[in-house]
Amino acid sequence: MSPVIALRNVSFSFDGPPVVEDVTLEVQRGEFLGVIGPNGSGKSTLLRLILGLMQPDTGAITVLGRPPKAARRAVGYVPQFTTFARDFPISVEGTVLMGRLGRTRWLGAYSATDRSRARRAMEETEIGALAARPLASLSGGQLQRVLIARALACDPEILLLDEPTANVDLGVERSLFDLLRAFNRRMTIVVVSHDVGFISEYVERVACLNRTLVCHRTAELTGEAIQELYGRPVHLIRHDLGGGGGG
Amino acid sequence: MTGFTGALLSQGFMQHAAIAALLAAVGCGVIGSFVVARRISYLAGGIAHSVLGGMGLAYFLGRAPFPGALGAALVAALVIGLVTRRARQHEDIMISAVWAVGMAAGVMFISQTPGYSVDLMSYLFGNVLMVPRSDLYLMGALDAVVLLVVLGFHKQLIAVAFDEEFAGLRGIPVTFFYMLLLCMIALTVVVVVKLVGLILVIALLTLPAAIAGRFVRTLVPMMVLASALAAVLSFGGLALSYGPDWPAGATITLVTGAAYFATLGLPRLRRG
Repeated sequence: MSPVIALRNVSFSFDGPPVVEDVTLEVQRGEFLGVIGPNGSGKSTLLRLILGLMQPDTGAITVLGRPPKAARRAVGYVPQFTTFARDFPISVEGTVLMGRLGRTRWLGAYSATDRSRARRAMEETEIGALAARPLASLSGGQLQRVLIARALACDPEILLLDEPTANVDLGVERSLFDLLRAFNRRMTIVVVSHDVGFISEYVERVACLNRTLVCHRTAELTGEAIQELYGRPVHLIRHDLGGGGGG
Repeated sequence: MTGFTGALLSQGFMQHAAIAALLAAVGCGVIGSFVVARRISYLAGGIAHSVLGGMGLAYFLGRAPFPGALGAALVAALVIGLVTRRARQHEDIMISAVWAVGMAAGVMFISQTPGYSVDLMSYLFGNVLMVPRSDLYLMGALDAVVLLVVLGFHKQLIAVAFDEEFAGLRGIPVTFFYMLLLCMIALTVVVVVKLVGLILVIALLTLPAAIAGRFVRTLVPMMVLASALAAVLSFGGLALSYGPDWPAGATITLVTGAAYFATLGLPRLRRG
């Protein structure tokens, strides 16, 4: 079976040293992949490359067998940093409905289908009761669920999440991953996180990124193996920094 | 005030002024809400001031100022929007350039026009008591375009104003709809210039929407409330100015500003 996401020898830099270097990675349909690595290791960049928000300098990326931009509509994305003003005058439901853009009609209001789809996404993320609330009144954990609901409303085949637990406490974090595991029954999920130990409880496979990538199945990972996996690329970067480079 | 009511019932010019106030209020509420929510009032100010360039050119060519204002506003909107995006210039610098160059061009055209000099003050501060019927039709037509575009494309316009990156990922042509929003701001500016002049446009375009934003939580109710507020405030200003023969544009702006500062003292509605 062909992979839903395929990166072949992908490198990317922002006019400087490479942020992502020679990454080859395949994600199979139905997989729950965790991408881990220290801050600045290129995790977010990797997601943005898969979304076609950035173009690789070298290498090739396909998503569902197509170029990333052409596959966007089938991909739900939950960004790490909100790219909007928190006090924008919009309700939770209005935000989630935006996930229907690209699937709904061009002219006029959202359809009844859009509304029922958004309603389902809000119920699945347990924010149905917040539908009419303005975005500005939500807590960090509630906002995170709104963003996930917005991505679910896209009816995605692939769900990409960038540090979904960065601004929420542990109890919320746990239930968030339980939710994702439920969604994984019907869609491929890639989660970026800096929290190695935690994420490995939930995902099937972790990919450790520090500019370049090493993959291991979670089943094989003991605490020691994670340390080694995590530690070696960190060491590599320190070596590079000592040599005058930066990342 | 009875003088105002009498004038409103009997005088054509006062009826025209009242209709102009209502037409401007519609644009202010609908587009002003976008301007406030997207925080682009400086951009709207740039478009408004550049209008003088178009009015000056029209005057230089011996034409009516209205089409000149419309052309300048649209050109300013497109230049600010496209150059900022394509040439990666800082938006505030680009706005400053368009703002000042537009005004300077207007002053230059007017100075080079032979004969009796135009009343520059009426361009800058408005002269709503001298709005001919034909201008009311144009204002109504621009309002209609703005309303139709917003009704038809509110999903995309709100999405682009709220979260451009996400809208782009959903396949929305983000630059097109952002430019469309700027063009709608341009049309609204031209309508409002008729009421309060190009310097005071920014007050009516932002303050009623800002007041409304304190009491409602989502964009569509904000548009409705802001339109109603703009209508009441500009109508009130018009009435207030009639008796003592105050300048209408300045009175409307002062009334609107007073309402804005007064509501700052009221508790903000956070949820409901």
